[in-house]
Amino acid sequence: MNTIEHEVDVLVIGGGTAGPMAAVKAKQANPALRVLLLEKANVKRSGAISMGMDGLNNAVIPGHATPEQYVREITIANDGIVNQKTVMAYARNSFAMIEELDRWGVKFEKDETGDYAVKKVHHMGSYVLPMPEGHDIKKVLYRQLKRTRVEITNRLVATRLLTGDDGRIAGAMAFDCRTADFHLIRAKSVVLACGAAGRLGLPASGYLFGTYENPTNAGDGYSMAYHAGAELSGIECFQINPLIKDYNGPACAYVTGPFGGHTTNAEGQRFIECDYWSGQMMWEFYQELQSGRGPVFLKLDHLAEETIQSIETILHTNERPSRGRFHAGRGTDYRERMVEMHISEIGLCSGHSASGVWVDEHARTTVPGLHSAGDMACVPHNYMLGAFVYGRLAGESSAEYCQAHDFAPVDAGQVEAERRRVWAPLLREQGLPPNQVEYKLRRMVNDHLQPPKVTRKMEIGLERFDGIRDDLEQLKARDPHELMRALEVHAIRDCAEMAARASLFRTESRWGLYHARVDYPERNDAEWLCHAQLKKDEQGRMASFKRAIEPYIVPIDERERHAYRQLRVALPAELALA
Amino acid sequence: MQTIPIALNPTAVPVTVDADKCIAHKGCTVCVDVCPLDVLAIDLSKGTAYMKFDECWYCMPCEKDCPTGAVHVEIPYLLR
Repeated sequence: MNTIEHEVDVLVIGGGTAGPMAAVKAKQANPALRVLLLEKANVKRSGAISMGMDGLNNAVIPGHATPEQYVREITIANDGIVNQKTVMAYARNSFAMIEELDRWGVKFEKDETGDYAVKKVHHMGSYVLPMPEGHDIKKVLYRQLKRTRVEITNRLVATRLLTGDDGRIAGAMAFDCRTADFHLIRAKSVVLACGAAGRLGLPASGYLFGTYENPTNAGDGYSMAYHAGAELSGIECFQINPLIKDYNGPACAYVTGPFGGHTTNAEGQRFIECDYWSGQMMWEFYQELQSGRGPVFLKLDHLAEETIQSIETILHTNERPSRGRFHAGRGTDYRERMVEMHISEIGLCSGHSASGVWVDEHARTTVPGLHSAGDMACVPHNYMLGAFVYGRLAGESSAEYCQAHDFAPVDAGQVEAERRRVWAPLLREQGLPPNQVEYKLRRMVNDHLQPPKVTRKMEIGLERFDGIRDDLEQLKARDPHELMRALEVHAIRDCAEMAARASLFRTESRWGLYHARVDYPERNDAEWLCHAQLKKDEQGRMASFKRAIEPYIVPIDERERHAYRQLRVALPAELALA
Repeated sequence: MQTIPIALNPTAVPVTVDADKCIAHKGCTVCVDVCPLDVLAIDLSKGTAYMKFDECWYCMPCEKDCPTGAVHVEIPYLLR
């Protein structure tokens, strides 16, 4: 096992969605820069969009929506807890990014006049742009990486960031999951784009890798940012998704909605007005599951044959194409049977909800020289297009940072400590298998953190996560591949502790099911209309604190403020009373 | 620390490779390269690819990108 040193100007960690965009944009900003894209899998097929994507969920296209409307919608959908400047930076750059992706060869749905065929899925505005042929998006990105001559390393797993004694970024450390070689990468600036913490809760199937998110996205980025001293935000605003039961992939009401599909209860009745994923929508979904009218289904059996064929073509060739095979195995034909749905285990993901590393409108974190983008950066409901836009911003910001800063000195102590931590499970003669420790940890996450949240249960959860910290010292990896799993367990444990502490800190309920606290059932705007932050303090403790919300740049009308709280379809009796 | 005894549990894996079609013996490693979880490997004695680790996301790049159509992804038994 060797130690290999690299020196680059910009280091981008994560080759999924935001990462390749950041690398290309840093290189375009200054072609003289040495830009390295580091990926734990292979950039050709890595990340959340490994098999492509079937649509944009938040396209802000002139003629269909304005940036102001979008900022208003997301502010309301996320119960007021947003830094509007960051959402606005996304919204203003959204259309230019769609046009650029279009030029690069990504196919979007257009109407007969050549206009983008925008659909309405959100509660208020229209932002969904289908991509029925979106399966090639990774190939398009790869072509751009080659064209701009970004340097790429595959199968390198980043484990910790390096910081200088002044706190600014100095690089990162990684290991090769095929050889276990240890890599030290010095960089002037770093972009973290490691995706969601998608391997946090345990799926109801008990299968560790049966997650909604690509399971490579194990929360490595959240853990690295935390240990480098970066501020994280909204961790308590969990990601919980309505999914195909057992398969745990999206049922895709966003795709089917514009075709006439929708979620129903067992009686075939609609119970939510809007299928856009928000905390309140998940709350209504959960209530229906728990009620005598449950479970919940995706209803397509009322649609015409040609409509169903179009839906099948889209859903069975994009994003999670194996869902067709899953349905076939269960004898579920969209024409005859509704698709049974369930709610997912918890995760952290700003692409869908709001938990992530705190960034400003230039994708800068609170650590100088460290930028973040994509699912792990806190810009609420940012989805794939947000990852591309913030990837661009992060790439441009990191290129700019290189102009004004030289390398920060590397602390040999940090390097030695990390090399010891990384290699320990391989060097240990015997110990606990990583998959067993991971299973236990994630089952504890379910037992103690799955909403509705109970204070005492979360406190006991913290004790269990502390116990598992001791187990980490006994992990045994038999080969470099298992070493990757062992170190992922470290990151998952960090995320579990963050999820518990952030949830305990916010003593109110907000975001519907995402942060429903049984012993604080009400929303408390007087004390909690603010961000809840989390960081490693001077003593190395996990500390929570409040951060005031910046004054809104798009005012929210009093009548609109509660639009997302009224998602349940009114019963006929209630209508009569109204 | 006391000895930790380790038991081996058999597992049905979801990815199968048709040995007649697989061209790993000619140097092809496409399925191994594209797997996000890095669960596939080449069996050097047989010259074919196989699923080595039970960590499949049933995402299908291995099947889609295989140049000879040798790879098949099933839904993992626990989810079927």
